[in-house]
Order: sequence, then structure tokens, then C-alpha cells
Amino acid sequence: MIAFERRRQPSALWAWATPPLAVLLTMIAGGLMFAALGKDPVAAIKTIFWDPILGEFAWYYRGQLLVKAGPLILIAIGLSLGFRAGIWNIGAEGQYILGAITGAAVGLAFYPIESVFIFPLMVIAGALGGWAWAMIPALLRSWFNTNEILVSLLLVYVAEQILASMSLGLLRNPEGAGFPGSRNLSQYPSAANLEIASGTGIHWGVVTAFLAVIVAYILLSRHSLGYQIRLAGQSPRAARFAGVRPNLLAVICLGISGALAGLAGLFEVAGPAGQISIDFNTGYGFTAIIVAFLGRLHPIGILLAGLLMALTYIGGEAAQAGLGLPQAAIQAFQGMLLFFLLAVDLLTHYRVRIGRREVA
Amino acid sequence: MDLSAINWVLLFASLMVASTPILLAAVGELVVERAGVLNLGVEGMMIVGAISGFAAAVGTGSPAIGFLAAAFGGAALSLIFGFLTQYMLSNQVATGLALTLFGLGISALMGQGYIGIKPPSTPKIDIPVLSDLPILGPVLFAHDLMVYLSLALVAGIWAVLRFTRTGLILRAVGESHGAAHALGYKVVRIRMAAIAFGGACAGLGGAYLSLVRVPQWTEGMTAGAGWIALAIVVFASWRVPRVLLGAYLFGGITVLQLNLQAAGIAVPVELLSMSPYLITIIVLVIMSSNRGRTALSAPADLGKTFHASG
Repeated sequence: MIAFERRRQPSALWAWATPPLAVLLTMIAGGLMFAALGKDPVAAIKTIFWDPILGEFAWYYRGQLLVKAGPLILIAIGLSLGFRAGIWNIGAEGQYILGAITGAAVGLAFYPIESVFIFPLMVIAGALGGWAWAMIPALLRSWFNTNEILVSLLLVYVAEQILASMSLGLLRNPEGAGFPGSRNLSQYPSAANLEIASGTGIHWGVVTAFLAVIVAYILLSRHSLGYQIRLAGQSPRAARFAGVRPNLLAVICLGISGALAGLAGLFEVAGPAGQISIDFNTGYGFTAIIVAFLGRLHPIGILLAGLLMALTYIGGEAAQAGLGLPQAAIQAFQGMLLFFLLAVDLLTHYRVRIGRREVA
Repeated sequence: MDLSAINWVLLFASLMVASTPILLAAVGELVVERAGVLNLGVEGMMIVGAISGFAAAVGTGSPAIGFLAAAFGGAALSLIFGFLTQYMLSNQVATGLALTLFGLGISALMGQGYIGIKPPSTPKIDIPVLSDLPILGPVLFAHDLMVYLSLALVAGIWAVLRFTRTGLILRAVGESHGAAHALGYKVVRIRMAAIAFGGACAGLGGAYLSLVRVPQWTEGMTAGAGWIALAIVVFASWRVPRVLLGAYLFGGITVLQLNLQAAGIAVPVELLSMSPYLITIIVLVIMSSNRGRTALSAPADLGKTFHASG
């Protein structure tokens, strides 16, 4: 008989040990899945986790790592603040799209003027776009008690329609021979988010992501807002007695996560993606949810988790090219990781007792 | 605006078909939530049901076996959720999200070889006399069996929840798992059964999309239907007859906007395509604005983890 006994306090050891354990279990289960697809599991795992960092073509992949990790970390940091307070913004994908649209629109409005002020203005517009989109679920939650999970998620589908409309209409490249998609921002020097040091993959979005990690760390450990967030998550009742206003907190948390997702979208559209197009969004907003949990909602953890998740993207592409592993297998692999993480998290809060259960 | 271009009889006839996937998923989720479990993985279970049903129907040539396989597929996926939340005591919101993300991935993987294939057609049943009625015939009596099965399922669930001991126990578990446990009911087992049932319903809903409504397989084809089903449960204040109303209302909006697109009215296509989601949000706002009512109608222990200590 296996029984679980609640710990007085969460185990600090297991809190650190569960994410690596989950990664290990996912590698085993993922290997079985790859084997079921008729691929050599060891080669597949090696291609995904080893080759991009230390293999033959690592010089190419290493730069890509930060390009993918940047938006994931930036979005996940924002989400983690809300998740800690029990506020579930799962529509980061929509906020990411809106940030890209508003940021790109500002840049395109100035085309072809060259000025150093254009890019900063785009950054502000991107953050505001994401923020405004997140304010919809936030305000509906505070005014009408509407469930923010459903509203933020449904707004993703609305955002995708706006994206389609923009790339076919308002923001379409007038010199693009009628093809959908905007002008290429990376070819417009004042609006381009270029690599800061060539070959490293570091662009302004990556820098912002690192800054966000530091600011979030200080916020959570030193600032009273961070204290309120943690308190609201652990005990909503105690938080109310301590003077935390739950509605205001929800607006703040959703606002921050929306603005960060909007920033991620802007840096992506002005840099790696280059233009607004119908298939601009690639699911970073959803993968960031996994990143946030894998990092245990802790800024440093999210930094590491973002890098790991970026690795599965890049390694997945390598495995697609080298082994013919379908891209969907990587998506399933990422989902599996979250399952294992949630499962082994039990060890943090409960002690496992094997043997006969004692009479209480 | 030229509304005469719309054939209203055909519009109402396709309403029932458009509503069925969401009706099935929503009524299944309602049972899960009445048992006190919030499974946000409906979208994932639907899409896995869509591909398992599609694959089985193409493989065997029988839509009936397809629907059966879809129910099994959805239930199998939901049991992962059940195991994690009921035995590993994980957070239900996070686990439900994981289920959706995993379901979208695994369904795309399963569907590799099925893109562009046509499934065997699901026959429409012909009810003599009734289906020949003018207007009412094509609208109400000329659909496939699944439409009527879904209605029967709704009626069945309504009756079971309202009149039987099983329904009473299920609701007790959802309202107060502590009290139900003290009375000797196996809270975890009852919830596992409810979760599996909800998964099977979502799977059927997904298969109805891929086998009848669309009918073909494309990645991510549920396009938020699972989330709308979740919203409809809130809209319905956790009551069965209102789920029927909500699903048919939603189906009506979907069909109407598709018809308006086809009729080429002077409203941007994107605005019409986003209207079902916008209207769902508006309805959610209206339903939840009365705090007291929502708080009273939701199962009291919805989303709470049960751990029998001692």
C-alpha cells in the first residue's frame, strides 16, 4: 500500500530536483514514443539535446538557441507572476500577436523615414498593444467576475483573425505584388531588431528577456508587490486581511504579462520573423506556459527552462531534417514534459509512505 | 444587405449539425464539473477523438466503429488527466492545459498519413413521413444518427442527475467531497468515472467534426470548440437543459456567420469569423455579472484537490 502524507512545508530539495527528474522521465517516455515511430530513440534524444550544443553544427544552432529562448522567457516571466497569484492568463499567444501588430504598425507608419526614435516608439507600442489585449480579460474579471481563463483563451482566436485581416489589408506591403504580408521590417534599418553581436543570436528581445528575469527576481523577493502576489497565491483569505485588493492585483498581473508578451511579439516581428504575415504566430504563447511551470514559476528557473525548451525546438528541427522525425512529435514531447512535471511535483508537497497505513 | 441569398431552411437544417460537436463536449464536461472536477483539456480530448475516430473510420470503412474509437480515444486521454489530478494530486488548471497542449501534439502526430483523405460518409437516417414534412422535415428529421444520439444523451444525463441515486452521489461528491468521503463514497473512483465519461463525450464531439461536419482531417481542426464547450457549461449555470440551449444558440451563430460570408455581405470576413468567439465572451460576461447566481450554481468543490488524510 502506497500512501501520501502531506508535508508541513514543501520540500526544498524536491522543489529543485523535480524539474530535472521530469526532464529525465520525459526523455525515457519520449524515447519510447520515437521508437514507436520507428526511429532510433537514442539517436533522436541525442539529436535533440546534445547535437545543438556540442555536436558538429553547434556553431549554427547555438545562435538559434537564444533567438528561440528570448520570447519564451519573456512571456513565461510575465505569466509566472499571474500563475503565482492564481490568475490564469493563458491567452499570451493573442497578446503576442497584438503586440507584434501594434509595434509593426508604428514602424510601418514612419516608413521610409530614418530616425533613432522609431525603434523605441515601436517597442512602446508593442508593449501597449499586448497590455491592452490583456486588459480585456482583466477588466471583465474585475467588473463582471468573468472567468479570465476562458476569455483570454478565446481572445487568441480573435487575435488570429485580426492578424489575418491586417496582413491581407491594412498592413499589406503596397509593393508586394498583392501577396499577403507586410513590408519586411528587417530591411528597414530604423525599425529592424538586428543581432547585437553577430552569430550569437542576441537581439534586443533577448536582452529584454534577461532584464525581465532580473527585475522579476527582485520584484518577487524584495518588493511588496511580489509579496502580495505570493500571498494571494498561497492564501487568498489571508491576503484579503493583509489589505491585498484581489481585483487590482489581477489587473496588474494580467497587465504585466500582456505587456511582456506584446514585447516578445514586437521583437519577433521586427527581427527573426521580419514581417506581419498570416502564419506569424508559432505557439510561443502556449509553450511559454510549459516554460513557466518547468521553471517552477521562479525567474531563474524560467531562464533555464526557457533555454531547455528552446533546445527542444531547435533539436526538434534538427531531428526533423536528419531523422525525419515529424514536427508534431516534438509538440507531443513538450506536452509530455508538462505531464511528468505535474506528476512528480507530488514529491514536493507530500511524503510517500510505503507499507501498511497506520491508524490515525 | 441581401439576406434573400440565404436559404433559411438549409440554414436551420445545418444548425443541428453545427451544434452537435459542442453539445456532446459540453454535456460531458458538465458531468465532470458536477463531480467537482474542472478539466480544461476538452480541446485536447476533442482533437484526439477527432483523429482516432477518423483513423478508425477510414481503416475499417465504418463510421460507427470510428465513433466508438473516438470515445475510447477521448476517454483514454482523459484518464491521464484523471490519474494526475486524482492520484498524483496535481493542480487541475495546469493539468487541463497540459492535456490540451499534449492532445494537439499527439493528434497531429497520429494524423500524419490522413491529411486530404475523405472519410466514409455517415448515412442520414430517413424517418418516413416526418422527414417529408415541408420545412420541419429537413430541419428536424433528416440528420444522421449521431445528432439524435446526442439529444438522447442530453436527456439521459438530465434524468440521471435529477432522478437517480447515481446522480445524487455524483452531485454530492461535487458539492462536498469531504462529506461524501465521510459517508463512505469513493470520491476518487467516482471522479475518475466522471472524467472518463467526459473524455468519451469530448471524443465523440471531435469525431463528429472530422467525420460529419467538415468532413476531413486537418491539424488543429477543433479551432477552439473545446474552449467554447467549457464556456457553454458556465453559460448553462451547470444545468443540463441550458447546455442544450447554449450549444444550439452557438451553433446557430456559427451557421449564420458562415451563411453571411457566403452571401457576401459588406462585413469583413475576419469579423464574421471571429464573431462566435466574441459572442461567447459577451455571453460569459452577462452570465457571470451576477456574482451571487454564479457562486450558487457552481458546484461548491469545483476544482479543489481531494486528499483523504488520516
